[in-house]
Amino acid sequence: MNLKDKLVSSFLAFDDYLEDSSPIHDIRNKAIKIFENKGFPTKKEEAWKYTSLNPIVNKDYSIFPKKESSIEFKDVKRFFLHDIDTYKIVFIDGIYSSYLSETIHDNMDICLLSAALKKPKYRAVIEVYYNKIAENDSLTSLNTAFAKEGAYIYIPKHKEVEKPIEIINFATGNEAALMMQPRNLIVVGENAHVQIIERHQSLSENAVFTNSVTEIFAEKRAYIDYYKIQNDASNASLIDNTYIKQEEESHCSVHTFSFGGNLTRNNLKFYQHGEHCDSTLKGITIIENKQHVDHSTLVRHIAPNCESHQDYKGLYADSSTGVFNGKIVVEKDAQKTNAFQQNNNILIDDKATINAKPQLEIFADDVKCSHGCTIGQFNEDALFYIRTRGIAKKEAQALLMYAFANTVLESVKIPELKVRINKLIAKKIGVSIGFNI
Amino acid sequence: MLKVKNLHASVDDKEILKGVNLEVNAGEVHAIMGPNGSGKSTLAAIIAGKDTFEVTQGEITFNGEDISELDPEERAHKGIFLSFQYPVEIPGVSVTNFIKTAIKETRRANEEEDMPASEFLKLIKEKADLLAIDRKFLSRSLNEGFSGGEKKRNEIFQMAMMNPKLSIMDETDSGLDIDALKIVAKGVNKLKNKDNAILVITHYQRLLEHLVPDFVHILIDGIIVKTGTKELAYELEEKGYDWIKEEVKT
Repeated sequence: MNLKDKLVSSFLAFDDYLEDSSPIHDIRNKAIKIFENKGFPTKKEEAWKYTSLNPIVNKDYSIFPKKESSIEFKDVKRFFLHDIDTYKIVFIDGIYSSYLSETIHDNMDICLLSAALKKPKYRAVIEVYYNKIAENDSLTSLNTAFAKEGAYIYIPKHKEVEKPIEIINFATGNEAALMMQPRNLIVVGENAHVQIIERHQSLSENAVFTNSVTEIFAEKRAYIDYYKIQNDASNASLIDNTYIKQEEESHCSVHTFSFGGNLTRNNLKFYQHGEHCDSTLKGITIIENKQHVDHSTLVRHIAPNCESHQDYKGLYADSSTGVFNGKIVVEKDAQKTNAFQQNNNILIDDKATINAKPQLEIFADDVKCSHGCTIGQFNEDALFYIRTRGIAKKEAQALLMYAFANTVLESVKIPELKVRINKLIAKKIGVSIGFNI
Repeated sequence: MLKVKNLHASVDDKEILKGVNLEVNAGEVHAIMGPNGSGKSTLAAIIAGKDTFEVTQGEITFNGEDISELDPEERAHKGIFLSFQYPVEIPGVSVTNFIKTAIKETRRANEEEDMPASEFLKLIKEKADLLAIDRKFLSRSLNEGFSGGEKKRNEIFQMAMMNPKLSIMDETDSGLDIDALKIVAKGVNKLKNKDNAILVITHYQRLLEHLVPDFVHILIDGIIVKTGTKELAYELEEKGYDWIKEEVKT
């Protein structure tokens, strides 16, 4: 049985097992029909032209883990931002781990979606926000059909969350192949501030396929900084679907660091509904071997006087492949929009490939939009300069890679995270020289 | 120290150096002067190891060792330093960290112990003072947003920190105002000793007023056509290059 059929037939049992009173029962049933109808996307679709899911979906995944697994904190400490205090929402093979988590219900909710879906006191929020901006493409629908667990974050107005929130999904490898579909709902109230770090981490070389959906709502003047660390094991693949709706004067940034994993697809979509919003989408991709990372971004400017900034840097070694598909839409009312998009790529080896496709659709007449895309090799003059200072070629390249990625790194607002990412970059580019920042 | 014998070099089959001979000994300051496009910067880059030029004939030895096959970093480890005409910007890497890495890598290559942090800090302070460099400047990204003069001064600062045996200064004077030029020249004079040598590449003699050369070589169309003392530089300043070109013809 192929994965699609297996999922569709498993849904009946899954739906039976859930309580009928669940407010999202109908949403689920509609979603599975959409998935059943559309199936997994193929390269025939424009949006998937350069990313094939075939090698991933042709595996026999467990859709529900057979048993709960536990992990010792000391074994996974390195995946946490352990040098500072954080809230933590941790899942092991898709199941919440209270032992590794640190949640809160005091004047804000940093907890679990499963609880939010069940308990009546959350119903009002669920009804207003849940599945309201997630699209009905096949993969998002698949997630919607099976979603039962993930992070639920509700920050009421004027609340500044005093420490970052980490959302970590571990896969233990207890299953030969595991499919997970985490679902996160994040609502940040008026003038509230929050920083979130999301990570998917497989602890073995067994196959993992994660199809994640995150809906984020930024109310008036909300500030959200979201960091995605994608440094997974070599047999772990991720489809990340993140939707962000912004109201007036809100500021949202998403930084995506893609260093690991097998296949990674980031569908990141911003919708600016209020005036004077600011959206930042940045990413650093450093991959090798046969890794594949696809960034498909959309910024939809709906209201006037908003800004968006996109800056994606990619370094591709060996026969790795990258995709950057960045779309900016400026609707007819979105006058005085400032939209910038920058995508720079370096191919380290001849066999590496990048497919870059900026798209601008502008229906307003008084806007500033720019996009720039470069694909190149190392600047030989710069390499020579560094080498004349006694720094060997490999380290000189590393220094240049670091400099290249720096425009993305400099806007990371959590210093400890920045140090972490720096270390990951140094490790990824295989140098140990101390160009600490 | 440096011996260049009958050096021919070309790029894309165009011959740029057509048989350069040059000998620089410890304790000496040499100046290479010449009009635009005469091959001055090419010569500097080839000595430092740039491989985009093809050396078709001749040899370069440094302290008796043939260095023509060595990588730029290996030449640096042996004590050759090139101060660039157009230094490269490296965002996100501070001046201090860059120079720290350069010193560390060079010492490692020469199987020397790492420089202790306290010694490094002392050295930084000493050399920054020597070149009147503000300490804040050192934490800025290397050359990023630097003015032309700041870039040049930073090159000489790196030179001072690396303490090379042979310093090649490629057009260091361009982009420097007269005050900065004096500071740089004073700094270089302080660094000069009987064990090291300096090769100054320049258009004009104004740097040479402050950094007095023992020998002046005139490079025209890929060949050193005349060698003299500092007086030759004054003569050039006064009369331009045409008289030499004429002299060479006859």
